[in-house]
Amino acid sequence: MKTGREVGIAGYGVYIPAPRIDARTIAAAWGRSPDTRLPVREKSVPAADEDTVTMAIEAARGALRRSRAGPSAVRAVWVGTESKPYAVKPSSTIVAEAIGATPWVSAADLEFACKAGSEAMQTACAFVGSGMAEYALAIGMDAAQSKPGDHLEFTAAAGGAAYLFGPAADALALVEGSRSFVTDTPDFFRRQHMHYPEHGHRFTGEPSYFRHTLEASRGLLEALGRVPSDYRWAVFHQPNPKFMRKVAAELGFGEAQIAPGAVVDRIGNTYSGASLLGLAAFLDAARAGDRIFFCSYGSGAGSDAFSLVATARLEAARDAAPSVADYLERRQPIPDYGAYLRMTRAIRML
Amino acid sequence: MTVELPRYHRLRGAYYRLEGSACPACPGRYFPPRAVCPACRTAGLRMFAFCGRGTLYSFSRVLQPPRGFASMAPYAVGMVRLEEGPLISCQLADTDGVDLSIGMPVEMVTRKLRDAEEHGYIVYGYKFRPRLGRAR
Ligand SMILES: [Zn+2]
Repeated sequence: MKTGREVGIAGYGVYIPAPRIDARTIAAAWGRSPDTRLPVREKSVPAADEDTVTMAIEAARGALRRSRAGPSAVRAVWVGTESKPYAVKPSSTIVAEAIGATPWVSAADLEFACKAGSEAMQTACAFVGSGMAEYALAIGMDAAQSKPGDHLEFTAAAGGAAYLFGPAADALALVEGSRSFVTDTPDFFRRQHMHYPEHGHRFTGEPSYFRHTLEASRGLLEALGRVPSDYRWAVFHQPNPKFMRKVAAELGFGEAQIAPGAVVDRIGNTYSGASLLGLAAFLDAARAGDRIFFCSYGSGAGSDAFSLVATARLEAARDAAPSVADYLERRQPIPDYGAYLRMTRAIRML
Repeated sequence: MTVELPRYHRLRGAYYRLEGSACPACPGRYFPPRAVCPACRTAGLRMFAFCGRGTLYSFSRVLQPPRGFASMAPYAVGMVRLEEGPLISCQLADTDGVDLSIGMPVEMVTRKLRDAEEHGYIVYGYKFRPRLGRAR
């Protein structure tokens, strides 16, 4: 898919909360042997005063700081998440108000499991690319929920990123094209009154993550007439360190192309935020002319693929807001499993 | 805990964006916003958004929190000298394991100010935290 007029990322910002829980602390609480192989070493957890809205606000402010846009020029604020603080009441209006984009702005929360953030990116691209708006903000942010004791508890993490799309003249990275691939696949779901999602076990992996990521990625490469070696960097949805590496290898991307964006290795799976955070890590490092390949995945299921190329403006704008590395280095270890349960409100105050 | 919803809503410019007021007749800058300049008595002050950077003027750790703040404890409160001049009192964020010191650079963040009860309204607003990343 291509836009009517050329569009780019005019600003980006990220957020990762400081608290971290060691995977061994979780394993010990559930009586697992200390030799158990764990998917990640530790994961990020929101502080008691943080949620998807507060994290999205900080990422959005970072995106504006790196851009030339004033807040009142932002014509849309879309928040993709599966951890809205309110069941009924948009998160996006609070974010829009906090950054000063209200009242002449479109706003909505988008839902599509871990693909909600990249869906917001597609939509923001179209809003700017059609000429309806000069700037539109797409956010993917999650404070992921996991059932205590479930294996997802080791990886369900918190964080994400915000991308301000704008005209090509303002771009830190240009969008060369995008592609979406979606089918009805029952791999992961949560009903209205359940606190935690369920897996459709026989649908995880091959028919879901791999199929959709491969199809969307190959579809975009084909449409643009490109091959993996045309890209300096590539980022995929990263529910764990293994899936992303396997899918990258299958497409023909090497470890050197994906390693700097493997944020999952450091903080776990940030769901709607995961692929967007990985992309930000590459924008933190890219030189003008570097091509970046991006493909998300969300259960349900679908993938959005983007091809981007960094511009000469990127390096000058980079230091206007904290980098992914700044947030990765800011760590506050959580002392024990009890403190973790209290912070994540798994213990409910009656 | 009763959330004073109308008051919170009316003050959201101050809570969310650190909007105070500036005097058109003298260098006076005020937070929270005022209608009349206490320095020169000029009325009709204009809205002024503070940049959100400042330094820590004083602080203390709260171990026995008041009602409505139980899940946040232990936390810290402080006074911050904003870059533009005013001194404001606020909660401090992300201070666990951090050596707070007078004069340290801090910056405004938006956080939940009180316990978000399962059935209640979530109050978001400004807090200050140790400034992150390289000096900006
Ligand atoms: Zn005055």
